[in-house]
Amino acid sequence: MRRYVLSSLIALAVVSLVSAPVFAQAPVTAKPAPAAKTWTMPRTPDGKPDLQGVYSNATTVPVARPAYLGAKEFYTDEADKAASAAQAAAGRGGRGGAAPRAAAVVEPEGGGLAVHYDTSQFGLGGPTVKRAASLRTSIITGPEGRVPPMLPEVQKMVAEKRAYQQAHQWDSAQNRPLAERCITWGFEGPPMMPVGYNSTLEIVQGQGYVAIVQEMIHDTRIIPTDGRPHAPSEIKRWMGDSVGHWEGDTLVVETVNYNPLVVIQGAPVSDAAKVTERFTRIDPETITYQFTVDDPKTWTKPFSGEYNMVHIDGGLYEYACHEGNYGMANNLSGARATEKK
Amino acid sequence: MRIGLGKSRLGGWLLVATAGAALLSLAVLPTPAQAPAYKAPKTKDGKPNLNGIWQANNEANWDIRPHAAYQGPVYTLGAAYSTPAGLGVVEGGEIPYKPEAAAKQKQNFADRLKLDPEIKCYMGGVPRSTYMPYPFQIVQGTGHIMIAYEYAGAVRDINMGAPTKAPADSWMGWSNGHWEGDSLVVDVTSLNDSTWFDRAGNWHSDALHVIERYTPIGPDALQYEATIDDPKVFTRQWKMSMPLYRRLEKNAQLLEYKCVEFAEEVLYGHLRKQPLQGKGDSK
Repeated sequence: MRRYVLSSLIALAVVSLVSAPVFAQAPVTAKPAPAAKTWTMPRTPDGKPDLQGVYSNATTVPVARPAYLGAKEFYTDEADKAASAAQAAAGRGGRGGAAPRAAAVVEPEGGGLAVHYDTSQFGLGGPTVKRAASLRTSIITGPEGRVPPMLPEVQKMVAEKRAYQQAHQWDSAQNRPLAERCITWGFEGPPMMPVGYNSTLEIVQGQGYVAIVQEMIHDTRIIPTDGRPHAPSEIKRWMGDSVGHWEGDTLVVETVNYNPLVVIQGAPVSDAAKVTERFTRIDPETITYQFTVDDPKTWTKPFSGEYNMVHIDGGLYEYACHEGNYGMANNLSGARATEKK
Repeated sequence: MRIGLGKSRLGGWLLVATAGAALLSLAVLPTPAQAPAYKAPKTKDGKPNLNGIWQANNEANWDIRPHAAYQGPVYTLGAAYSTPAGLGVVEGGEIPYKPEAAAKQKQNFADRLKLDPEIKCYMGGVPRSTYMPYPFQIVQGTGHIMIAYEYAGAVRDINMGAPTKAPADSWMGWSNGHWEGDSLVVDVTSLNDSTWFDRAGNWHSDALHVIERYTPIGPDALQYEATIDDPKVFTRQWKMSMPLYRRLEKNAQLLEYKCVEFAEEVLYGHLRKQPLQGKGDSK
């Protein structure tokens, strides 16, 4: 669907809105299925687990665990979770820990203004969105619950790139962040991360293929499951090159050969990056999504994450980002006009 | 169409010797109704199996009507980017424009460097995306069929259940499909008025309604047919048809043609702080 929105606000809005307090009141609609005992895995005609459907991967679980929770990977129950949120809201990062930030707070390419953009006004996010229940304290799993540090040389490179961008941010369209240019939204991955709004994806399974379309920004990943090798490594892609196979009832997808401009959790990918994803349908409406990012030229060690996505009714709509990107011309002409003053 | 019927009706001894030749000519006739009876292989749930990576191999991309070769719009690109001749894919050869609509097509053609949505990397719409010179992939699910196009990363989700209504117009439209024998028939509505049919400026309005038919005519070919209805622009319905071919490379796959990057200079280059030097003469 066309959205005539100033695109310059979009990337920033995604960042700012996900930490908006409205998320705390979002209804938890997916409950652990009581009928799990009698549920059997639905299968496609060729016998594979049937993952097909439209899913929301919106979540209130932050990417990184708030420091004050230490190694606590799960809340004990909803009351525990609510108490923690209240504590964070009251303390605002006091007691040595930052307030929880909701998922997808990692900026695609850095730089950020605080822009108010209340997606609940447009029925795009906030309490209107169905989310899978979760007692996780962070999407990143393990005792640390956050992405490891980047290698020192990568940190330096990121800082330098950021400084350059700050100084030249309005020079041309090519100087704007990828999301603003409508090339990638920064959350397509893999690993696929929840987006501030339209955090929706569709899975279709054909013979020998699993296709995943993410609404933001109409990106399709077609994953062959016929055992073929990766394409030649000269071919770099914005979402990498994915091949998959089934391990029991789990779809395992391995992705390499990313375009070097791709950013995962704030860091540029290297040519050594490998991301492994696991899709497991666990009940009538839930898929557990797990991922591991292994990029020894970028990160000090690999890291893994997990969240649930929940089936939703209704279809995926067309997000024609580039086609409606009036913000790009407006921003650049604004910058040129400002220079003349 | 009449020619095709005539040929298929001809029978008897007279034609035995020329049967091979007749079959050959049938195969290139535009109507699938007369295509040799071919039974498509089925998926495990009994539907015709259209899974695969497909591509047109004709000159409709430049002009869907019959046309001789002509100079491309940027003379510095010479023979490499000029227009190859094509027999056309429009049944009857002519598009039944209303007079003022025909004039607009000519204007579109004259201004195509500025107006063609392809140059801007806008999604191709339906049916144009089908015969652009890029492959597309059909992923045949059980309730939905996905068509992913390499050009601009466009994608369509064809609902095979009870027909649903579009919430709004879009570039790739709203697709409801069903099977008629071996044919996948797709009803496409709610297309916006911003796409074209080809590089020659053939156009439509937001009243465009397309009915597509994808019919297997051999293990590696589909007959594609698109019935075009747009009462704001045309005096009557018309139809285009063409074969689509399977990409047979062993490792055939859809790659990326995320063309936004390639269109930024032509769209926003005039707003640069420092003009780009020595890279074409677009602005």
